[in-house]
Amino acid sequence: MRGHPPDGADGPTEPDGPDGPDGPDGPSRAREPHVQGGGGHEREAASAPVPVAVWDAMRHLPPHRFLFSSWPLRCWAYLCGGVPLGFAVLLAMAALLVGGLVLSVVGVGLALLVGAALAGLPLGRLERRRLRLVEPQPLPDPHRPVSDAGLRAWLRTRCGERATWRELGYAWLLALVSPAVGLGVALLLLFAGLLVVSPVLVWALAPDTVMIIPGEAVPHPLAALPFTAVGALALALAAYAAGLLTGVHVRTAHFLLAPRDEPLTRHVRELTRSRARLADAFEAERRRIERDLHDGAQQQLVALTMTLGFAEMELGDGNPAVAELLARGRGEARRALEQLRDLVRGIHPQVLTDHGLAAAVTEVALRHPVPVAVDIDLPHRLPDAVETTAYFTVTEALANAAKHSGAGRVTVTGRLRNGRLTLRITDDGRGGADPARGTGLTGLADRLAILDGRLTVASPVGGPTELTVEVPCSA
Amino acid sequence: MLRVVLAEDAVLLRAGLVELLTRGGHEVAAAVGDAPALKRAVESEVPDIVVTDVRMPPGFRDEGLKAALELRADHADLPVLVLSQYVATAYATQLLSGGGTSLTGLGYLLKDRVGEVADFLDALRRVAAGETVVDPEVVRVLLARRTRPLARLTPREHEVLALMAQGLTNQAVAHRLTVTEASVVKHASNIFAKLDLDPAEGNRRVLAVLAHLRDSATEEPPPPSP
Repeated sequence: MRGHPPDGADGPTEPDGPDGPDGPDGPSRAREPHVQGGGGHEREAASAPVPVAVWDAMRHLPPHRFLFSSWPLRCWAYLCGGVPLGFAVLLAMAALLVGGLVLSVVGVGLALLVGAALAGLPLGRLERRRLRLVEPQPLPDPHRPVSDAGLRAWLRTRCGERATWRELGYAWLLALVSPAVGLGVALLLLFAGLLVVSPVLVWALAPDTVMIIPGEAVPHPLAALPFTAVGALALALAAYAAGLLTGVHVRTAHFLLAPRDEPLTRHVRELTRSRARLADAFEAERRRIERDLHDGAQQQLVALTMTLGFAEMELGDGNPAVAELLARGRGEARRALEQLRDLVRGIHPQVLTDHGLAAAVTEVALRHPVPVAVDIDLPHRLPDAVETTAYFTVTEALANAAKHSGAGRVTVTGRLRNGRLTLRITDDGRGGADPARGTGLTGLADRLAILDGRLTVASPVGGPTELTVEVPCSA
Repeated sequence: MLRVVLAEDAVLLRAGLVELLTRGGHEVAAAVGDAPALKRAVESEVPDIVVTDVRMPPGFRDEGLKAALELRADHADLPVLVLSQYVATAYATQLLSGGGTSLTGLGYLLKDRVGEVADFLDALRRVAAGETVVDPEVVRVLLARRTRPLARLTPREHEVLALMAQGLTNQAVAHRLTVTEASVVKHASNIFAKLDLDPAEGNRRVLAVLAHLRDSATEEPPPPSP
């Protein structure tokens, strides 16, 4: 799913100039999933230093190839881009802090101060993307997903994370250091550039008027050629210096903006994986039970009703009392079959396996005591785990709507956008559902979390209640 | 007497069904245990009717039903009676909407019905004769909650429609409900009128049932939110 890195990741040799590297909005916007299983091994060799692409290029490419690759341009762009950004951050921080302190008497200032403390968040996000200019892989987001809706929950989660404070540190570092670094590089570039084009300048501004060394005017364009050579050398120096500085910046960004592989994080990752394995095993077990019931008890009961039917046939009109007993036995067997069928449907509905989420939800809707309008439109079948979890979330939500909400109508919509399944279950009931109290909803949120999905519940008192389920489904 | 090809993977049930069909005076030309064998048997035996389970090897999903639909694509008039453990309307809809151009000679029954031997054999005969039979339990689910057109039906009309869906004639419906045939005819024409079914449009009885079965697959979109 991950897009290819911009050019230069493993073949930075082509002397590309004007069309340059991809911007930070490159072709790939795929995010690395948090903590989730899969490529988690890559960072497990913890203490090895993070490789820096530009340093590798400087080390492994011969100078002429490095200098004519896209690397110098990208590094210059990256560093010079830090100038306005750094100044902007500095200004914003100063404004927030001063404004916050001045207004703190009124109370509004506190909000500004909180803003100043959290300013690293948007900047961190921007910087992680800007890093794509010089790094093949984007940095993963270090933040935890926020499980509950609302500003308060968001603030609580974010303020409790070390990543937030590291990003704040990064913001100050960027504000104070990178304008100076960027300006230095820019001045060096300007100086080198002027030297390189000095013959042209001399020719254009007329000889004997341009002084490169104070007091000594250059008599004619050709006499400026040695300065061109010095300028070229200065450019090469600027290229290597920019590469070095960019590498330092990349290291800093890795240190402050990437998720840390602290022992706790590793522990969490292991737990997350084992939880996913447990959920898989649980699901496999359900299917096995469903299969056993279908192949065993259900068939036996059908055979029993059939045998009773034969007995009735053989008996004919012979003995009304026996006929009645046989009919009763058949009725009892049929009720057992009905109960078994309901049980099996609750364990794992076959219609979900055979016909998919939309059909399975439609069946539930048909049996639901409250009218349910189902509008699920998916372009293709989804991974088994997503379908199953989504299905049981909808059934639980519908059951809650029937039991507690007093709703007169429920709507279920489902769409797949950008590889994410979004389901919305809305009822017009009295609202006031609290996911923290309903064990059913908490369990579902847990199941969704295994798939990196989430459940949000908006249920103001007085209604309406809206449950939103979002699950990524990279097949 | 009908020549039947039977497909059922559970050995116990297969034996039972063979016995049932034989007792009913029919000939079981072939009794097979998976979908590919079912298709081969139909080609070699040229049966009057196919009776098949939904869930069968090799995948234990809906192979039996899919095989039946493929058979219908090749033999448009081959009557097919599907036996199922699932009340889910999606299967019945799959059978009725995928059963080729003609909608005749299709049946979807829950396996429970085999205990009511006489009724089961009756349904078999009716499907073989070209009628459409849908299990009353499936129809009940469909009728229990329906959208606007069916909400207009009275409880009695619902009953009549449910029996029609099983393929019963007006006379048989009248007998079951212990009313006169004339009143069943009146109920039926009320149902057709309420469902906006045009008399010129072929078999209205089948259309009435299909309207709901198809509806269930594509539920009406929700009203635009304010």
